[in-house]
Amino acid sequence: MGKTGIIFKRELYAYFSTPLAYVFIVIFLVMNGIFTFDLGGFFIRGQADLQPFFSFHPWLYLFMIPALAMGLWADERKSGTIELLMTLPIRLRDAVLGKFLAAWVLSGIALLLTFPIWITVNYLGSPDNGVILAAYIGSWLMAGGFLAIGSCMSALTRNAVIAFILTVAICFVFVSSGSPIVLNAFSGWAPQILLDAIATLSFLTHFDAINKGVLDIRDLLFFAAVIAAWLLASAIVIEIKKAN
Amino acid sequence: MIEISHITRKFEHFTAVDDLSFTVAEGEVLGFLGPNGAGKSTTMKIITGFLAPSSGRISIDGHDIAEDPMAAKALIGYLPEGAPSYPDMSVINFLEFIADIRGLSGAQKQQRIEKVIHDVELSSVCHQTIETLSKGFKRRVGLAQAILHDPKVLILDEPTDGLDPNQKHQVRNLIRNLAKDKIVIVSTHILEEVSAVCTRAIIINKGRIVADAAPAELEAAAPADFIIESQASPGKLEAFFRSVTTAGAQ
Repeated sequence: MGKTGIIFKRELYAYFSTPLAYVFIVIFLVMNGIFTFDLGGFFIRGQADLQPFFSFHPWLYLFMIPALAMGLWADERKSGTIELLMTLPIRLRDAVLGKFLAAWVLSGIALLLTFPIWITVNYLGSPDNGVILAAYIGSWLMAGGFLAIGSCMSALTRNAVIAFILTVAICFVFVSSGSPIVLNAFSGWAPQILLDAIATLSFLTHFDAINKGVLDIRDLLFFAAVIAAWLLASAIVIEIKKAN
Repeated sequence: MIEISHITRKFEHFTAVDDLSFTVAEGEVLGFLGPNGAGKSTTMKIITGFLAPSSGRISIDGHDIAEDPMAAKALIGYLPEGAPSYPDMSVINFLEFIADIRGLSGAQKQQRIEKVIHDVELSSVCHQTIETLSKGFKRRVGLAQAILHDPKVLILDEPTDGLDPNQKHQVRNLIRNLAKDKIVIVSTHILEEVSAVCTRAIIINKGRIVADAAPAELEAAAPADFIIESQASPGKLEAFFRSVTTAGAQ
């Protein structure tokens, strides 16, 4: 097992040795139920697909994922264990990746536990399971994007609540950057090319594409690039701020 | 051999470590003394590679901490200030995690874990989570983690802080026994500790070395007008304390 794996194991173990993992999973499942069946009108629509389920995920993640990510580095700084961790013979990337992967796997477990919804829709009709699989993959990748942003924000501060708020704010910008809320702030003075660039950063645009069953490599690459860029930023921030 | 040459660490408004140079050889137990804020902890953070110095070099047994951090860090056992550890983990899980990171496995891993648990007397709390432990036990968990891989270089930032006199005595014995072919740097502001375990003492003030000699030489050099008359000897008081609190226990 590599050093990343050892960190990953410890972090995942830490999630499950406290109520955090269980609270996260239960709330995630309950909220998904409410969104899908109540607000999403799963039954009323009379369509055999999981569109109402997945289309709420960006908004659900907006508040749930920052809660998962806020402690990643802020807690290490606050308790001083970052000094222990960084003087062990590991590379910074082992720690950044291991911690990220543990949180990402936890969000994946929560996502997998929504399988009763998949069973329900298969029981009631015959949905396109390929589309559903693509949407699951897209949803998990989007969760990874949120988590990577959260990792970086958590590295910025030793206060987990501040990390939470910062993460929600940045994630909101990324979710909604394709929507008029953000674009109106730029249109009129910014060149069209910048508007287009901002619009392409939107998590919603890329997730909607995957959610419709179009597994375009560009959408997958977009989330992979978001994760990589924010994890790199995390490492840089940790290196600069670890001693403060 | 640890070689520290001309390290300086500047923070925004002050210089914590100011052009510090010294070397420590195998078998030496170096007491690192100084008033609070003198730069003791900053120096230890720099030696262990946690902080980068603003200028200067550190070499651990020939490995430069900046250029070859993995090799240098593998040689070091470090107890950071305040003995931080993961509060949600049990003692045994925490030590297993450290052993994995240190590359110990199989029988060797088990044997080392058992040995440090015995050496710092943690067997009674092995399966408790660290957050439930008293300050003294937490400190000993930190110490166990530092000596787990039998490191060549041991750097301890206030190892006996928060321990009762019996535990202090035990930790000092441990350090003395470990020290034979190792390099040990211990920071403390308890001066009696220096006479008890150290072969050499460095006193720093405002980031600079103001004295570097064997503890006995420093004692002999104390100016007469600084020696307070009729002061109760803390060493004797401690001996008495131990004699009445450990009777029959050992």
